[in-house]
Amino acid sequence: MRKPGDRANGTYMKKLASCIVFLLLVLCRPAFAALSIEIVGGGENQIPISVVPFESDSGGVSAVIAADLARCGMFKMIDPGSAQPHDISQVNYPDWKDKGADAVVIGGIYPAAGGQYEVRFRLLDANKQTQLAGFSYTVSSSQFRQTAHRIADVIYQQLTGNAGVFSTKIAYILKRSGHFELQVADADGYGAQPIVSVNAPIISPAWSPDGKKIAYVSFELGKAAVYVQDILTGRRHVVANFRGSNSAPAWSPDGKEIAFTWSHDGHSRIDIVDEDGRNRREIEASPGISTEASFSPDGQQIIFTSDRGGSPQVYRMPVAGGKIERLTFEGNYNVSPHYSPDGKSFIYLERNGGHFNVAIQDFTTGQSQILTDGDLDQSPTFAPNGQLILYASIYGGRGILAIVSIDGRIKQRLTMQSGDIREPAWGPLVH
Amino acid sequence: MRQLMLSALLMSLLAACGSQPTKPEAKAASAASSNGAATKAAAINPLNDPHNILSHRSVYYDFDKSIVKDEYKPMIKAHAEYIDSHASAKVQLQGNCDERGSREYNLALGQRRADSVKQLMEAAGVAGSRLSTVSYGSEKPRALGHNEEAWAQNRRTDIVYQSE
Repeated sequence: MRKPGDRANGTYMKKLASCIVFLLLVLCRPAFAALSIEIVGGGENQIPISVVPFESDSGGVSAVIAADLARCGMFKMIDPGSAQPHDISQVNYPDWKDKGADAVVIGGIYPAAGGQYEVRFRLLDANKQTQLAGFSYTVSSSQFRQTAHRIADVIYQQLTGNAGVFSTKIAYILKRSGHFELQVADADGYGAQPIVSVNAPIISPAWSPDGKKIAYVSFELGKAAVYVQDILTGRRHVVANFRGSNSAPAWSPDGKEIAFTWSHDGHSRIDIVDEDGRNRREIEASPGISTEASFSPDGQQIIFTSDRGGSPQVYRMPVAGGKIERLTFEGNYNVSPHYSPDGKSFIYLERNGGHFNVAIQDFTTGQSQILTDGDLDQSPTFAPNGQLILYASIYGGRGILAIVSIDGRIKQRLTMQSGDIREPAWGPLVH
Repeated sequence: MRQLMLSALLMSLLAACGSQPTKPEAKAASAASSNGAATKAAAINPLNDPHNILSHRSVYYDFDKSIVKDEYKPMIKAHAEYIDSHASAKVQLQGNCDERGSREYNLALGQRRADSVKQLMEAAGVAGSRLSTVSYGSEKPRALGHNEEAWAQNRRTDIVYQSE
């Protein structure tokens, strides 16, 4: 058994990384055909882009960039063919228009002082024959992957207008028989590292807004308690371990407070504590179950699951106290709400006949849309750019993670060679 | 240093958890045998006698429900009487849910399931200090399948006798 705070050694990590099988299924299903909705932008209109292999790119930087762009579903990848320009002076724009590329990425990797490398790239508009972006990064060879993700982020932002999430992290729980690990990996599934490893269930990881800590629920003391752990140092502390169950941690947007659920004597209510576990106070108390708080981006409201109306539904209330408002009305099981990063919508899990699926609801219109089609989908979490949703599902009898775009069109699947993965949490944007 | 101490504390706590007997039968047997009068009178421990209602230890529920069905009430009452008449008997009520839906909501629901059995036992005269509750939510399924047969087995409260 490994203690929290142990760091995996290099060999183990490499093995673990190679164990990960990243299955990608980018599907364009004929969504909402009955409603005949015209999709503007997004997965419908893929931007044709060509990523030219970079000059002296033994580290595979351009391949990682191309894989990021291909996977996200927003781009149509155009084969660069034999033309391989690396500098803007070598680019013949009409050639790229002929190939059907609207955007072209070129670059190279060159030795720099102190054993480092300069990674240069340019994003070009083939139609306007101009440069849209161009940067140079001086990095060590161990930073090639991260640099590639940063470049993909710049390209994504330039061409879609939304922040890229290729250089973000995800957390999830890996279960192998009775053993549970809280792991952190790159958003493309690479470089997975266990940060907690115990022989007891772990659920509900939640990233601090600065991405440096993760709150989670562990049963290692024989019952549910909430912990906060520093990812880099492995140091952790108990945030909530009151009589009964303590669970569902949610960070306030300023990272100073954590809302959690305290269950005892037949009731579950939402309390708030300071991040260090001190100063507990009640923000919501009603008979029955209230749980799964999620803060609005401005920190003023929470949405949460409550069965006060007889079935679990999503409600909203001001953190300072006040009127409690029911938000979901369709069906008798709507749970696990999360605010979108822009605060305009929320995702939740809906029981849909015999199926459990991820849905999204607009705060203004109140309209909702089911986005997934698994039997047992679970635990949705927003990407920090608000464009993708990561969730857990069962596929082939095993727990997997899946990604769906907020229009339901782009789908990906993330599995492990052995064990079940579940309880995903998408980390914040890092700069 | 603080981290080391925390780790050491954690390890000792984990070790303590691991050393506890995990089979309800074992706990029940030791709970019963610690009461000399009871074990002398009975050739078979009533908690393990398949013909005795006390050998039944699980209350099963419908999906998203914590209401105890009438069919389980005689069994709960029998356990309440047994606990009440055996001064050393202590029971943990362990609430569980099937895997579907929200793990967090299930954790709360499991707590309510356990607490609902506790309330019935208290109503039957057992002191609350003899009863503890815990929820495992959907985290400790007895049956591992992804089908109604497995789910039905996992929506339950277990009556677990604790060794003193």
